[in-house]
Amino acid sequence: MVRIVPLSGRYIPHAGDVVVGTVTDVQGTFWLLDIGAPRWAPLHMTGTPWKIDFGETENYLRVGDSVVVAVESLDATGRIGVTMNGDGLGKLEGGTIVPISPARVPRVIGRGGSMITTLTRHTGARIVVGQNGRVWVDGSEEAMRRVAESLRLIEEEGQRSGLTERITSYLTATEAPAGPSGHAGPGPWHTPPEPARAPAEEDEETPSQDE
Amino acid sequence: MGSIGAKDVPVLITADGRRIDGRKADELRPLAITAGPLKQADGSAFVEWGANKVMAAVYGPREVHPRHLQQNNKAIVQCRYNMAAFSVDERKRPGLDRRSQEISKVIAEAFESVIFVEEYPRTSIDVYIEVLQANAGTRCAGLVAASVALADAGIPMVDLVPAVAVGKVADSIVLDLKKEEDNYGSADLPMALVPQSGRLVLLQMEGHMTREELHRALDLGVGGCRKIYEVMREALRTRYGADAPSPGVAA
Repeated sequence: MVRIVPLSGRYIPHAGDVVVGTVTDVQGTFWLLDIGAPRWAPLHMTGTPWKIDFGETENYLRVGDSVVVAVESLDATGRIGVTMNGDGLGKLEGGTIVPISPARVPRVIGRGGSMITTLTRHTGARIVVGQNGRVWVDGSEEAMRRVAESLRLIEEEGQRSGLTERITSYLTATEAPAGPSGHAGPGPWHTPPEPARAPAEEDEETPSQDE
Repeated sequence: MGSIGAKDVPVLITADGRRIDGRKADELRPLAITAGPLKQADGSAFVEWGANKVMAAVYGPREVHPRHLQQNNKAIVQCRYNMAAFSVDERKRPGLDRRSQEISKVIAEAFESVIFVEEYPRTSIDVYIEVLQANAGTRCAGLVAASVALADAGIPMVDLVPAVAVGKVADSIVLDLKKEEDNYGSADLPMALVPQSGRLVLLQMEGHMTREELHRALDLGVGGCRKIYEVMREALRTRYGADAPSPGVAA
């Protein structure tokens, strides 16, 4: 049996991952979420903090709504079970979603969350990084724009060293003259904890899928 | 050789064995492959091969549309080969025709036999091949582009799949036909190889060859595929090697 660890491509879910998803379908007892994985992930109503009667699912989440969920189970048929019960999980209100390559997620979080702390401190934006490469950002227009630009820089230069310093200098250079922009303070959404599986370490990227 | 239109046939092979563009019988046209030019797709590749220009984009594994095509034990591979209206001298009528349907089918089947389809049940791997400029051998160029795009999409495969056409031109067996050779030649034999196992996953033939010529053509084609294989690997190394600009992002 050959196993392949791709350097790019779609998000491959792992149990325990915290991901940002978008509702694509509403059924009587569950929703289907697009989390960028090979398949849509069903979120059953028992996996939410709400008490819902049959057929009332649409009153809670509609097509197009975004949520933070955790991957709970994976089976051999590729079915992805997700839950909304847990710390930092729930529906996302407002903000915007910036898609990045799932392979770049460890870089966006940084060692021990250093990168994400930097971004939050300099912009005052609230940020949730899904393991699936979707980053939810909420704050002032200016803060969201600067975070999106930072994410673009991280994606482009993710392999080079000194990345945090370069992002810091970008953020410092674009700092609004009258104090930090955006509304600060922790919202209901915190940066998800460091992923259970070890993020890929730097400098070990070699082509593997053609062997 | 038939005599119909013979007066219009250009000299395809000169006395010293050179072809219409100066190549030798076993020489490929210049081949350049760029992996990952498209950001939107999960994987992509651009191939310039002689005067051919082909873009390939891969999406998936993803949900199957329409649903009834879903297979509950494996992923399906769907391919769309398409020639742009401006890809040939005479405007090509856009859209599906019998030729593009056939090519789409044989390419999809070639990939289905190398992709680990059992790993992604109930999903679809969608391969789009757009021929922007055509000069014979576009199904091979499309297959090569799509193969690199699949690797760029991180889809597990047995191997990359190089492809090339061999033909019979003015009674000689030659590698990698260009347009004039294809038009005026007497046989065309496109093939796709799995280099690690030596298995052919695509083999078609138009025209006639003797059994002996066919064997020589196969040997020539397999040799050509191995050269193309190296270019494909190099394209991926350029993109994902240590000094690559950045995987996962369009350049």
